[in-house]
Amino acid sequence: MRAYWKANQLKLAPWLFLLPGILMFLMYVIIPIFQSLNVSFYAWDGLGEKEFVGMSNYVELMDDEAFYTSLKNNLIWLVLYMLAIPAGLFVALFLNQTVRGIRIYKSLFFFPFVISQVVVGLVFAWFYDPNYGLLNILINALGFDSIAVLADERFVTYGIIVAGLWPQTAYCMILYLTGLNAVDPEQIEAARLDNAKGWRMLWYVILPQLKPATFIAIVVTVIGALRSFDLISIMTDGGPWGSSRVLAFYMYEQAFSEYGFRMGYGAAIAVVLFAIMMVYITGFLYKMYRDERGR
Amino acid sequence: MNNKNKVFKHGLAVALASALFGSTAFAGELVINTDTSDPAPKEAFETLVKGFEAENPDVKVTLNLFDHEGYKTSIRNFLTADAPDLASWYAGNRMLPYVNAGLFEPVDDVWDANGLNKSLKSAAASMTIDGKKWGIPYTYYQWGIYYRKDLFAQNGIEVPTTWAEFKAAGATLTAAGITPITIGTKYLWTAAGVFDYLNLRTNGYDFHMALTKGEISWTDERVLNTMNHWKELIDAGFFIKNHAAYSWQEALAPMVQGEAAMYVMGNFAVAPLREAGLGDDQLGFFPFPEITPGIPRAEDAPTDTLHIPANAKNKEDAKKFLAYLARADVQTEMNKTLGQLPINADSTAGDDVFLQQGFELLSNAEGLAQFFDRDAPAEMAKAGMEGFQEFMVKPERLDTILKRLEKARLRIYK
Amino acid sequence: MFPTPIEKASPSARRLYKIALPIALVLWLLPLIAVALTSIRSAGDITAGNYWGWPTSFNLLENYTAVFTNSPIGQYILNSFKVTIPTVIGAVALSCMTGFALGVYRFKANMLVFFMFVAGNFVPFQILMVPVRDLTLSMGIYNTTMGLALFHIAFQTGFCTLFMRNFIRALPHELIEAARVEGVSEIQIFWHVVMPLMKPAIAALSVLIFTFIWNDYFWATVLTQGADTQPVTAGLYSLNGQWVASWHLVSAGSIVAALPPVLMFFAMQKHFIAGLTLGAVK
Repeated sequence: MRAYWKANQLKLAPWLFLLPGILMFLMYVIIPIFQSLNVSFYAWDGLGEKEFVGMSNYVELMDDEAFYTSLKNNLIWLVLYMLAIPAGLFVALFLNQTVRGIRIYKSLFFFPFVISQVVVGLVFAWFYDPNYGLLNILINALGFDSIAVLADERFVTYGIIVAGLWPQTAYCMILYLTGLNAVDPEQIEAARLDNAKGWRMLWYVILPQLKPATFIAIVVTVIGALRSFDLISIMTDGGPWGSSRVLAFYMYEQAFSEYGFRMGYGAAIAVVLFAIMMVYITGFLYKMYRDERGR
Repeated sequence: MNNKNKVFKHGLAVALASALFGSTAFAGELVINTDTSDPAPKEAFETLVKGFEAENPDVKVTLNLFDHEGYKTSIRNFLTADAPDLASWYAGNRMLPYVNAGLFEPVDDVWDANGLNKSLKSAAASMTIDGKKWGIPYTYYQWGIYYRKDLFAQNGIEVPTTWAEFKAAGATLTAAGITPITIGTKYLWTAAGVFDYLNLRTNGYDFHMALTKGEISWTDERVLNTMNHWKELIDAGFFIKNHAAYSWQEALAPMVQGEAAMYVMGNFAVAPLREAGLGDDQLGFFPFPEITPGIPRAEDAPTDTLHIPANAKNKEDAKKFLAYLARADVQTEMNKTLGQLPINADSTAGDDVFLQQGFELLSNAEGLAQFFDRDAPAEMAKAGMEGFQEFMVKPERLDTILKRLEKARLRIYK
Repeated sequence: MFPTPIEKASPSARRLYKIALPIALVLWLLPLIAVALTSIRSAGDITAGNYWGWPTSFNLLENYTAVFTNSPIGQYILNSFKVTIPTVIGAVALSCMTGFALGVYRFKANMLVFFMFVAGNFVPFQILMVPVRDLTLSMGIYNTTMGLALFHIAFQTGFCTLFMRNFIRALPHELIEAARVEGVSEIQIFWHVVMPLMKPAIAALSVLIFTFIWNDYFWATVLTQGADTQPVTAGLYSLNGQWVASWHLVSAGSIVAALPPVLMFFAMQKHFIAGLTLGAVK
C-alpha cells in the first residue's frame, strides 16, 4: 500500500486534491444542466408525476409572444449594456491622475459595484417614481409632463438598463484603471515625440495595450447582461404587462412564481438561454485554449 | 431556521415513534403550518390554539408561521416532503392542484358530524370538488367600493346604485378636479377585482364562474360587453394616471389626500386608510352598483381555509381541531381579532361599521366568488390579470388581448 | 502615463480638474446620497413630500432603531452572515486544492477539468434552478442557510478555481521541484510550500466572494423563504413591501444591508482590487 502510494504519488495526488471540488461542482452545476435539459421534455408542476411531452414545450415556445418579448429585451440588454465599457474607460481616464486624495475618489467611484442590486433597484425605482422621483421633478421643472418610466412599455427596459449600467460602469472602470497602470510609459513617450495626442494616442497606442482589460470587460458585461434578473424582479416584476421580461426572469416566473410552476416549460426557456450563453462560453474557452497553447 | 428545524426534528421524532410504537401512541402532537405571520392573523391563530389546547389538554399544538408570500411556494414543498397535520390555504380553484395531486384529505366526516352543512352553508360550494369537502373555511371579507363620504357630500353626490348613477357621479367628481377611482395595478391583482365586479354585474354569477372555469370563450360577446363597460370608465377618465406604477398601498395615498374619491378594494384596505388619518365621517363603503338590471347580486368574498394534508401524521386530532375551528363561538372570537367576517351562520360579526356592512352584504348575496386569481387556475389568472392591466392602459388593444386570453384558455384547460 | 499628467497642464486646467473631481463624484453618487439623506428624515418630511429639500429634522437614531426594532432585519443580517461566511471558507478551501492540482501537476485531463470549472462558472443560473431546488429539497436542507451555502460553495468553486490556478501557475515552479527532490510529500508541498505563498490570493478571493454572496438575491429567493432563513437582500425586498411609502425606513434598511460589504471593501480595498484584476486581467 505504502509502496504503491510512493510510486504513484505524483499521479494520484492531483486527483485527490481535485476530488471534493469536482464532486461538489458535478453535483450542483454540471449534472443539473443535463437534468434541466431532460426536464424540458416533460410537463411537470412540481407536485405530481412528470409527463413526457417530447418537443412540445419548445413548440409552444415558438408560438409564445412573451418569449419573443423576453428575447427582444435580452438583445436590447446585450447591446446597451456594452455602453458600460466605453463609459468605464472614460471614467478611468478621468480618474487616472495623481492628485491628492485620488485614491479615495477612485474607491468612492467604485462604490455602486459593491452594493447589492436589490438596493440599486430600490434606489432607481424611487428615482423614477412618477410623483416625487428626482427624474420627474427635473422633467417637470423643464416644463414637461411626468413620465412613469417603469409603467410605460416604451421606456421600462431602458430604465432598468440604466440602473444596471451604473454598477457595471464602475466595474469596467476598475478593470481599466488597473489596465492603465500597466501601460508602458516608454511607448507613450515615444508616441508623444511622434506628436500623437488625444484621440489618436488613445486609439493607436493606449487601447491596444488595454486589450486584456477590454476582453475581460466584455466577458463580464455579456454575462451580466444575460444574467439580468435581480433588477427586473425588484423594479417592475416583469411589468407592465410583462413588457420588461427577459429570458432569465420569464423562466423564473414560469417555473417558480405564485402563478407559475410549469417546471418543464421553464426548463425549456432556460435551455434556450443556456444555448445563447454557450456561444460566449465557447468563444471564451477557445481564446483561453489558444493563450494556454501559446505559452 | 428554528421553525423549519423544529418541523424537521419533530417530523423525524414522529416518524421514529410511529415506527416503534404504532402511530396512535403519539396522537398527542399536532403541527399546524399557516401563512398568518402578520400581526393580527398571528394573534388570532395563537388565541385559537390556546383555546383548543385548553379544551383538549392531551393535545400539544405546534404552530409554524410562514411569511405570507413565501408560503405560496413553501406549501408545495412541505405537502410532499414533510407534511404538517394541518395547513392553511384558500377556497375555490386555488386548492384544485393539491386535491388533484392527492395531497389534501377529504373531510366530509367532519362536516357531517358537526352539522356544518348547515352552519357553513354559504361557503360549502367553494369547498367542494368532485362532490367532496376538502377543508374548513373560517374567515372571509367583503369587496366593494370604499369612498370618501366628505368628497361625495361636498359635490352633492348620492351613493350610486345603478350604472348610470355611477357614471354620473364620476363625471361630477372629474369636473371638480377629483379622479373618481384610485388603483395601483403594478402587482396586477387589483385590476382583477374591477374585472370581477364588472363581469358579475354585467353577466351574473353563473357566467362569471363558467368563464373562470374555462367553459366560455374569452372572445364571447358577453365578455366583450363587460370589457366595453370597463372601457366606458377608462374613456371617462375614471382611473388615476400611472396606476401601473403603484402597488395597492401606494394607491391609497391619492384617496387619503383627497385627489381620488373611490377605491374598488377588499375590507383590508380599511385599516391602512384609517391609520393614514381618515375618520369614519370621511370613509364609507357601498356595494358595486348594478349594471344589467335584474341580475341577482353576487360578491367577491375570498375565503381562508384550513386543510388536512394527505401525508399528515395525526389526522385524528387534526379533525378535532377542524371541528373546533368550525364552531360558531370560536369563529366569532377569531374574526374579531382578524377584523374579518366569520363563515358560521350562528356567529356574530364584530361591531365595526364596515364589518357590519360586509356581514349584511354577504348574507344577502346570491352568490360568492372567491376572487379572480382563486377562481381561475393560476396560469389563467396570471394571463388574465396581465391582460386587464394592459387593457386599462391601452384600451385600444382590446381585441388582441382577448384573443391572447382565448389562446391561453385553450392551452390551459385541456 | 495617459492622459497627460495634470501637473504638466496649465494652472487653470489643474484648478478645473480639482473642481471637476468632487462635482463628478457627487453626481455619480447622487442616488446613494439621496438614500442616505432620506434615511435620516422624519416621517413628517416623507408625508409632506419633502424628499429633496433640506430635512426639517435629523432622525438618524430614531429611524435606524426603528428599522431594527420593528422588522426582522437583525435576523436577516445574521442569516446573511450564516450563508456568506461558510461559503467564503468552503469555496476558498476547495479551490486552494483544485487550483493547486490544476496549477502544479501536468496530466492529461488537466485542461479538460479546468475548462469544466471555467465553463460552469458562466452558465445561466436558470438552467440550474429546478434541479438544484429538487436536490436541496431531497437532502432535507431546503429553506436552511446551510442548503443555500452549500450551493454557493459548489458554484463559486468554478470561479475560485480559475483564479487560484492562474495564481499558482505564476508562482516559481523551482520551489516545488526542489522540495520534491528532498523527498517532501505532495501534501506537505501543498501545505508548507505553496499555501504560504497563496496568502494574498486567499485574501483577495475572500473579499471578492464575500461581496458576491452577500449581494446574491436570486438563489436566496429560490432556496430560502421567510425571515428565519432569508438573507438580507431577499429580506429587504419583502420589507419594501411592508414599508410602502415609508421611504425613510426603506432607505435606512438599504443602508444597513449595504454596509457589511462596503466596510469590507474599504477595509480590504487593496486585496479587493487585486482580486478583481488578478482573476481577470492576467
